[in-house]
Amino acid sequence: MTWYDFLVQNRAEVWARSVEHIGLVAASMAIALAIGLPLGIAIVGRAALRRWVIGTANVVQTIPSLALFGFLIPVPWIGGVGASTAIVALALYALLPILSNTSTGIAEVDPAVVEAARGMGMTPGQVLWHVQLPLAAPVLLAGIRVATVLCIGITTIAAAIGAGGLGVFIFRGVAMVNNSVILAGAIPAAFLAIAADVALGLFERSIARR
Amino acid sequence: MTYRLRSGASIISGLNLQVPPGETLVLLGRSGSGKTTVLKLINRLLEPTEGEIFVAGRPSRSWDPIQLRRGIGYVIQDAGLFPHWTVERNIALVPRLERWPEERAQARVREMMSLVGLPPEEFAGRRPSALSGGQKQRVGVARALAADPPILLMDEPFGALDPITRADLQKEFRALATRLQKTIVFVTHDVREALFLGTRIALLNQGRLVGVYAPAEFLKATEPEIHEFVASLEAGGLREEAQ
Repeated sequence: MTWYDFLVQNRAEVWARSVEHIGLVAASMAIALAIGLPLGIAIVGRAALRRWVIGTANVVQTIPSLALFGFLIPVPWIGGVGASTAIVALALYALLPILSNTSTGIAEVDPAVVEAARGMGMTPGQVLWHVQLPLAAPVLLAGIRVATVLCIGITTIAAAIGAGGLGVFIFRGVAMVNNSVILAGAIPAAFLAIAADVALGLFERSIARR
Repeated sequence: MTYRLRSGASIISGLNLQVPPGETLVLLGRSGSGKTTVLKLINRLLEPTEGEIFVAGRPSRSWDPIQLRRGIGYVIQDAGLFPHWTVERNIALVPRLERWPEERAQARVREMMSLVGLPPEEFAGRRPSALSGGQKQRVGVARALAADPPILLMDEPFGALDPITRADLQKEFRALATRLQKTIVFVTHDVREALFLGTRIALLNQGRLVGVYAPAEFLKATEPEIHEFVASLEAGGLREEAQ
């Protein structure tokens, strides 16, 4: 049986796992954005804090994903086996590209433009919202795109701690020594990653053109 | 209107200067003389370490900085236009921040564009990237004047332009300044520009005020720093004669 036949025969489960997969990515991206955007804005112009925050996010990034999932299982409240642990770990991975692109994007906005905005009497909130964020948007979106693609990939490993998603097929296939089952998870996961990359890339370009 | 400020950190030291309403005071000086700092002290982008600045008779510290800045037009060297906004939105910035009725803001934008010589029907919808350097500066001036502020701060507004465009804009700006009767503080390192535009010229050197003179007296002033500037003018004139 080829991977395609397996996919067609098990389309209900593949569909359900895909939805689960997207749900994990969406939940972790939501957390990463909720933390990463404000924190990324807050560290602009504060060199010491920025080094510390980006450094920490960098260290998290270097932990192998399976190890990070493992580390988090014994942690009370967020830990345990299942989706919540996976979402926390995925959010930690997504944090670095969002943080660094938000802060560099804003820091790279032409200082003359920011100074004119302040000098014309915009409040700090108005400068951020009407000037810095729109001008940093392409860089910021590039960070979100990298984080999303990264997250879709690492989510396949989350199946190892019982979080579900398309990784379930991959681990099952490995256990069964059955390539068709592995591919039935791997190919849709790769497709999701490429689709997200292309869609966010197009969005990025439409923003940059405006 | 009185400015008095004194900063220990030697960017500006012991500066005491008054700009009467309707005057164009030119702050002349070499790079690093503190000219730009003086402008930023006036609109409170910077705060004086010592001393006080009076704007419209009130200590600038007693103003809300946002309200103060909306009442002071500000034009900087590269215009500082918002690249993601059209010319129309750029010019309407302060009127919209001040929540003018939309019709009045739009009428004002058209009025300002005509004032600086940019036909609204041709330029209103353009992005700054589709403008020449001279056109950008015109938009910068229009934006600064849009909410009709009594005071205008200009930081080398024509510095990055080619000589011919610069001369055009200087001529137009002088006519505009005479007509609008704004109180203007104009920063430049170009002594010709200072002589052409200034009601009075204040020479700054390393954060200190060397002297304040009307253009005619400036040429005759005896301070060595002023003499250097005037001499550079004569050297330029000689070169032109030789050619």
